Amino acid sequence: MKRKSVSYAKWGYIFLIPFFAVYCVFSLYPLIQTFYYSFMDYQLNKGAIGGGWTRKVVEVVPEWCGFGNYSEIFKSGSDFFQTIWNTISMWLIGFIPQILVSLLLAVWFTDLNLKLKAQGFFKTVIYLPNVIMASAIAFLFYNLCSKGGALYDIFGFDVLAENAWSARTVVGFINFILWYGNTTILLMAAIMGVDPSLYESAQIDGATSTDIFWKITMPLIRPILSFVLITSLIGGLQMYDVPSLLTNDLGNPIVEGKPTLKTIVMIIQTNKDGNIGKASALSVLIFIFTLIIGLAMMLTSEDNDKKKKKKARG
Amino acid sequence: MAIKTDVVGTQVSSTNILVRRIIAYTVLVILVILSLFPFYLLLMNATREKKQTGLQLYPGGLLWNNFKKLFNSTTTVSFGSVFKALRNSLLISACASILSVYVSALTAYAIHVFDFKLRKVADMFILIVMMVPTQSSAIGFYRMVKAWGMTDSKSIFINYIPLIIPAAAAPATYYFMKQYLKSALPLEIVEASRIDGCGEFMTFNRIVTPILKPAYAVQLIFTFVANWNNYFMPRLVITKKENYTVPLVLSAMRNAGPQETDMGLFYMYILIAVLPVVIVYLILSKFIIRGVALGSVKG
Repeated sequence: MKRKSVSYAKWGYIFLIPFFAVYCVFSLYPLIQTFYYSFMDYQLNKGAIGGGWTRKVVEVVPEWCGFGNYSEIFKSGSDFFQTIWNTISMWLIGFIPQILVSLLLAVWFTDLNLKLKAQGFFKTVIYLPNVIMASAIAFLFYNLCSKGGALYDIFGFDVLAENAWSARTVVGFINFILWYGNTTILLMAAIMGVDPSLYESAQIDGATSTDIFWKITMPLIRPILSFVLITSLIGGLQMYDVPSLLTNDLGNPIVEGKPTLKTIVMIIQTNKDGNIGKASALSVLIFIFTLIIGLAMMLTSEDNDKKKKKKARG
Repeated sequence: MAIKTDVVGTQVSSTNILVRRIIAYTVLVILVILSLFPFYLLLMNATREKKQTGLQLYPGGLLWNNFKKLFNSTTTVSFGSVFKALRNSLLISACASILSVYVSALTAYAIHVFDFKLRKVADMFILIVMMVPTQSSAIGFYRMVKAWGMTDSKSIFINYIPLIIPAAAAPATYYFMKQYLKSALPLEIVEASRIDGCGEFMTFNRIVTPILKPAYAVQLIFTFVANWNNYFMPRLVITKKENYTVPLVLSAMRNAGPQETDMGLFYMYILIAVLPVVIVYLILSKFIIRGVALGSVKG
């Protein structure tokens, strides 16, 4: 190994140029811009005279407004809390069954007593929905739910249009179908990473499979479990395609004057040529939430490490 | 490991296992049906008539008819041409995935092979930005590319720049490539190639790229599928109907409502959009699933 040969150092930088150039232009600079806009009163839809055919767009000059957009967003009764609640509830409806089913499957697949056959087939099939376009599945479910569709006939009403919780369940179910295979595979990899001799000695000592699950498997795959939880939560915050396609961006059904399927990203998307200040502030909030969640994960995993070290010392 | 009951102990009775096995298989079969159901329905609906009511679990006779009708130019619908959308999606996904894997590999190679001051810093930086969601810079991104005239450009290529070029900075792909290089590329190979008078770029293209082939394949598929199915970004930057990608056309179809339109035709179109990805997935599923599992070593 000749890592010390200095003459090659410049090549390291040269090889990094494409990545960093693209990152700075298309991610970092827009991120900074977004932060900047979030402190501006910048509303494109305000700068128009008249409506319909006579509508004329007037140049809008962004004005500094400090935390104006944020206080607007956090004002009581604003749509922000509603969209957060919508997003979280749809995420939970999908995630809870997803983690339970995935855990169960992962344990079964790796159980040496059970010796399930055709594992390759099962894994292939449960991951399959993940490669199918979410738009296609949303389109399918939209038709199933609207008048004349099978779900309409079964329930006797349009589950997507008339009841907030039935509509959220449809979104949660689609997310479940799309992602449980992925989670199963991740958890399986985690369980297979556990030292098999632990299982062997537990069995010899007479542990039941319930004991083994709670006392060996669960504690040892906790890092991966928290990884799955965090990535799913971060993904959930960005939920967009399925509710947007199912409701044509409207976030219907409307209950008490509030859209019950609208997510944060849907507001951002619909305001890209509208209230830019507000949309930017929402983008920044997504960034901050992600940061908090990510930090929480890092801190908990560090905590675990410390505990382990303490145990080892004690 | 010993599995027989007499070796392990009397706790593991064989009837117990049998019962558990039956439960496991039952649940698995239910999940298999659930997972295949959406795809199966797409397939069945593609063989059905214009107005579709209720569920039909057996194929109708119109598969070939719908297929022909879709190719017939008179059925080009008002949501932009369905075939142009397929071509557009293919163009974006192919360019983005090739660019993404190549630049990611290049970046990973730089961090793995060369020794320079900012090596660790660069590595940390990429790992941190992996967590930053695209949506958090979306508005700045949109305003920027709009100001550059990319969203309503006459040229399709300029319109697609914001969808293709950013793929070059893919932290997750970079991470995968780095892990792969660690296990597959001994530095002696690079040394040997240098001694033989190979330039640095040539070493990367001629010597390292063949070694990276399996990693390229897995990541190409992941990136391709992600771009092919992406709805958020195209929705953000594409304004012209003739530049629409498949998910955008689907969204337009959904808004047209099921009444006026030929559902058989729509499902045939969706099938054409979904089937190639599914077939490639089924052929390479072993590698893809291994790739998914490898992704978990992140934490």
